[in-house]
Amino acid sequence: MLDDFLVRAALAGLATALAAGPLGCFVVWRRMAYFGDATAHASVLGVALALGFALPVFWGTLAAALAMALAVAALAGRGVTMDTALGVLAHSALAFGLVAVAFVPGLRVDLSAYLFGDVLAVSQAELLTLWLGAAAVAGLLAWRWQGLLTATLNEDLALASGVDPGRERLALTVALALVVAVAIKTVGALLIAAMLIVPAAAARPFARTPEAMAVLATAIGAGAVGAGLWASLAFDTPAGPSIVVAAAAAFAASLGAAAVRG
Amino acid sequence: MSLIAAEGLSVSYGGQPVLSGVDLAVQPGEIVTVVGPNGSGKSTLLHALIGTVRPAAGRVVRRPGLRIGYVPQRLALDGRMPLTVRRFLSLPERRSAAEIAEVLRRTGVPGTEGRQMTALSGGQFQRVLLARALLARPEILILDEPTQGLDQPGAAAFYRLIEEVRAETGCAVLMVSHDLHVVMSASDRVICLNGHICCEGTPTVVSAAPEYRALFGLGTGGALALYRHEHDHGHDHGHDHAHGHDHGQGHDHAHDRGHDRDHGHAHGHAHGQGWGPGATARRDPAGAEAGR
Repeated sequence: MLDDFLVRAALAGLATALAAGPLGCFVVWRRMAYFGDATAHASVLGVALALGFALPVFWGTLAAALAMALAVAALAGRGVTMDTALGVLAHSALAFGLVAVAFVPGLRVDLSAYLFGDVLAVSQAELLTLWLGAAAVAGLLAWRWQGLLTATLNEDLALASGVDPGRERLALTVALALVVAVAIKTVGALLIAAMLIVPAAAARPFARTPEAMAVLATAIGAGAVGAGLWASLAFDTPAGPSIVVAAAAAFAASLGAAAVRG
Repeated sequence: MSLIAAEGLSVSYGGQPVLSGVDLAVQPGEIVTVVGPNGSGKSTLLHALIGTVRPAAGRVVRRPGLRIGYVPQRLALDGRMPLTVRRFLSLPERRSAAEIAEVLRRTGVPGTEGRQMTALSGGQFQRVLLARALLARPEILILDEPTQGLDQPGAAAFYRLIEEVRAETGCAVLMVSHDLHVVMSASDRVICLNGHICCEGTPTVVSAAPEYRALFGLGTGGALALYRHEHDHGHDHGHDHAHGHDHGQGHDHAHDRGHDRDHGHAHGHAHGQGWGPGATARRDPAGAEAGR
């Protein structure tokens, strides 16, 4: 069954949805959209470094994303005005990555695979890595769930209840880096933030609790993967962007439904 | 042993001193209120006690294992996160339905479990915040301007509830407030803060202290006049000298007297200004202060 490239693509997409759904909720709740962007863009630099040193791409992107996420989190912790700092970091990381790629022989050809994803070409070994990464994200979030929610609501409230907001931030930072390393194969570095935000935003009007929103976001993400892959086959469109287009359509439908319901 | 104490506590933001040399200890079961003008470091003091703000000097001592019930000044819920009252009360500890129903009844908002937090009125919201704090069975309740946004009767009812809770559970209460009038009558001890502790003592002592007059004669004259008008006529002269000494604020004295004599004059305006639009306008900058 795993011999079929489409089955492998669907499973890779599901892994992405599973990791990005719950984490995407935190990105929305904590207004971390730019944070996700910066981390995702840094992964291109990780790809270049990994290929330059003949290391596995997953670990290269994970390392670069983690370094960027930690750097951004440290800046945020020091009260640097985040808007500008993140804008600078996000786009310079991408530019540095693209420049670094130019120094790696032969990589320039398939650069678009990393920018826009190459889910239809995922191998069995990669699939295993993706699922392990996704399971790690889901496990991490489930383990820290109560503390994460409390710290997201209000850091003072969390501290007074014995929850260390810094530790919860670190958990989210690590989870974000993992999601980037997983999703770069599926939707590519440029659209990872979309997989985080769009399903969560689409889920919001129909959820009454944080848990419901996380589950719904995951389901919407999975649906978008299915629809996007189908569209990719039917219309011969690139798979990653098609998945994000499907998610965006779900978001539009959700807005419409919420408006009708009043 | 005190529950929580600050010893020589100083806090700076970006090199700007906000608090300097604050000594404060809360004993079991007492209600302590911190008053002070905007920017006087009231919220910062609470944050330092809870641990969100690191002291530049001095230290915070908590009794080991101290259970704190904290009610923040504002909880910015803008609807990004869907959250029912029930779910909110189960953060971070899971609580049973029976516990939740009981604490909501106690705080005067029974049956709101299924409501969204964002759908509550201001008064209900504050009571739910208090309910969450109470679920931790606190030895001390720390409240940061808990009645911001409530009208005068709503604030008075909220403070009555705090007093009842103290009487029932014996927990200490440390709060910051702008509602001088209501709060002071409910407090065992009042601390007047303006970067440092200007004066402290029972409500009547503090309201008579020249340092307090200097601050609130200028900053919140309306509220002070209102307070004194109703509760404090007999104390003005008796306490001035006895309690004006402790922090070497001699330079203020002449000033204070001026205000005292002025009092009769200001009095007439106070009723009009105290809780009207003027008071509201003065309270708004408190939000800016807290946001720093």
